[in-house]
Amino acid sequence: MLSRTADNLYWLARYVERAEYLARILEATQRLATLPLSYVGSSNEWASALSTAGCNAAFAANYDEATEENVKDFIAFSPANPSSIRNCIESARNNARAVRTALTVEMWDAINGAYLELKRYGNGPASREEFSRFLRWVQETSMLFDGAAYRTMLRNDAYWFSRIGLYVERADNTARILDVKYHLLLPSEQHVGGPLDYFQWSAILRSVSALTAYNWVYHDSLKPWLVADLLTLNNQMPRSLASCYQNLVGYLDSIAQAYGRQGPSQRQARSIQARLENSSMEQIFQRGLHEFIGEFISENNRLGNAVSEQYLI
Amino acid sequence: MVAAFDEMKGQDGGVRPAYTELSRWLAEVPPDVLDYRRREAELIFRRIGITFAVYGEADAQERLIPFDVIPRIMAAAEWRLLETGLTQRVKALNMFLKDVYGAREILRAHVVPDDLVFRNPAFRPEMSGQSVPHDIYVQIAGIDIVRVDAETFYVLEDNARTPSGVSYMLENREIMMRLFPELFSRHRIAPVENYPDELLATLKSVAPARTTREPNVVLLTPGVFNSAYYEHSFLADKLGVELVEGGDLLVKGDIVYMRTTEGLKRVDVIYRRIDDDFLDPLAFRPDSALGVPGIMSAYRAGNVTLANAVGTGIADDKAIYSYMPEIMKFYTGEEAILKNVPTWRCREEKHLSYVLDHLEELVVKEVHGSGGYGMLIGPTADKTTIANFRAKLKTNPKNFIAQPTLALSTCPTFVEQGIAPRHVDLRPFVLTGRDSIRIVPGGLTRVALKQGSLVVNSSQGGGTKDTWVLDS
Repeated sequence: MLSRTADNLYWLARYVERAEYLARILEATQRLATLPLSYVGSSNEWASALSTAGCNAAFAANYDEATEENVKDFIAFSPANPSSIRNCIESARNNARAVRTALTVEMWDAINGAYLELKRYGNGPASREEFSRFLRWVQETSMLFDGAAYRTMLRNDAYWFSRIGLYVERADNTARILDVKYHLLLPSEQHVGGPLDYFQWSAILRSVSALTAYNWVYHDSLKPWLVADLLTLNNQMPRSLASCYQNLVGYLDSIAQAYGRQGPSQRQARSIQARLENSSMEQIFQRGLHEFIGEFISENNRLGNAVSEQYLI
Repeated sequence: MVAAFDEMKGQDGGVRPAYTELSRWLAEVPPDVLDYRRREAELIFRRIGITFAVYGEADAQERLIPFDVIPRIMAAAEWRLLETGLTQRVKALNMFLKDVYGAREILRAHVVPDDLVFRNPAFRPEMSGQSVPHDIYVQIAGIDIVRVDAETFYVLEDNARTPSGVSYMLENREIMMRLFPELFSRHRIAPVENYPDELLATLKSVAPARTTREPNVVLLTPGVFNSAYYEHSFLADKLGVELVEGGDLLVKGDIVYMRTTEGLKRVDVIYRRIDDDFLDPLAFRPDSALGVPGIMSAYRAGNVTLANAVGTGIADDKAIYSYMPEIMKFYTGEEAILKNVPTWRCREEKHLSYVLDHLEELVVKEVHGSGGYGMLIGPTADKTTIANFRAKLKTNPKNFIAQPTLALSTCPTFVEQGIAPRHVDLRPFVLTGRDSIRIVPGGLTRVALKQGSLVVNSSQGGGTKDTWVLDS
């Protein structure tokens, strides 16, 4: 297939995944912001949302203060933020238009429908109520698109590239949450916050839709180090780093098999997966969760670049 | 009857501080928005599947409990008072049960008449002399509280068997957050979402002392036909424990196992939402198909914890209830922080004659009843109903207690005519574990949607509200 087509499919999936992630962050933050200060401490949840969304610098260039209104607007709607939810959906749709023939009717419907619906919101929802509905709608859109792709696409390289985009993005998102919140997730003896961080932990899980999953995996009250385990090494959890890499290795292998050639992206993905498989949470905590995650984020970026160089340009 | 205390407007008609923002908001928000939101809430409830069944109504298989979109609000100080009172009360309930099935000191001291205990259908002789893990009988209590003025809260009844309604407390909050983010942004509200976490910690803490592995907790439901089935499945999911029916469990050598795809797996703690009577066909009702044969024997051998314990019904009996102030004093040496509603015991002659003379003013209840069935509300009953009830009462006075008709507090509620005050009660859920007593701030507020009605039970047309405890 054309490199350009593959590139569009890859980015289409990334943008849709990112839009959903941003919506989840905003939802979880909104929730934290209604809790009494005695439950969540006096930190500014909205500033922390900016870091989790990875757009601190861009925000600072446009606003002075991280108020609820500013942050919500910036993450969801601002044209000045290249990664706002609105820009994500618009970019996704642009990519989809460019590869209209590589998409199934159902996928096109999902993304184009979302694009049209987005226009209805103009420059942002008028009220908080509408904003909440908007966030829910973004998540539903992503699920609809994902389901359409899963159910209707041929299992060939087009499908594999779109999945690779999804998982590279997802791994990045999960890692970013860990990167910003790692200090809340250390084992008890290193932990300063105490049980009042419960709601911070549950907010982290909510951002990756894993609150109920947690209960089923660990049958235990929320423990920060188990939250970290769920998001990093736990294979059952579809948003964990380990699970993302299991998928990435699989899809990259399918491509290599179809094309008859392994390359740098396969090697990079396998090396990251091996590192995850050979790590235990104890080691990670010993070496430093923050360092581990920082390294992961740059390795994951490197994979994105490798895929790009090998296939998409 | 005195005018009811309104929790928003208070006695003098001014807005009470906790309600400042809400009242401002109510003045701003157009009624059609509330109406729209209410219908939206109903749709969401349907989609989630949060329904209940009313027994005896053939076509009402899956009904929704009406949900009122206006929250009830409590100030932090009010909640602190309730919290202290609830902790004290549930401690005493547990001590009472331990005593009644053990040394029976309270009976020997003649604080509670012993026929009230021994001739009580909720008393389980099988439990006599039987110790339970960590001496905890009531791990999960639902204490029904009513309010009559700014300072006075009464305990209306203790639910020490299998209190239900907590899923509504949790889902009501979720739905409110979803529908009214604007209203939330104006308040700082104590969260309730950690209830399942606290419940799991409680249940694990009461596993038999000799359990060395991580305790295996399950939730035992009578099955999909039970009126509270939604709640059972909801809680099991939130707890991350298996939702089992009687047939999923079996007892071998006094040990309880569940049947899994990988063979039998030992069970340590059973959060049972099934009545004593149906628990074990070998020990109780032989015709019960819901229970687990032999489970009582495993329980008595100390190999499994039942939450709540068998025989706790004796503590939520309404005749025993009337002795709660004395019971509290007897075990804790303290006066009850939360008062009982003044109660006449029809078993006592003087009380009975007073009750018979004042039937038009009183509420008369069956001592073992629940769900608002079989009671007489004097002031709203017609002559024939009263006459019939009088006959019933005379035939079997022991079976009844009477209380004054309380002017239950009201809260602003969205009804067909707009926003109007409606009577409410409150059911907070008190968790008792080996390590501590845990109470999530708030509880389930039930509201009588009909004007003037005092009956809040969902089986009798009552609705629910989200209950907020404010930060300061």
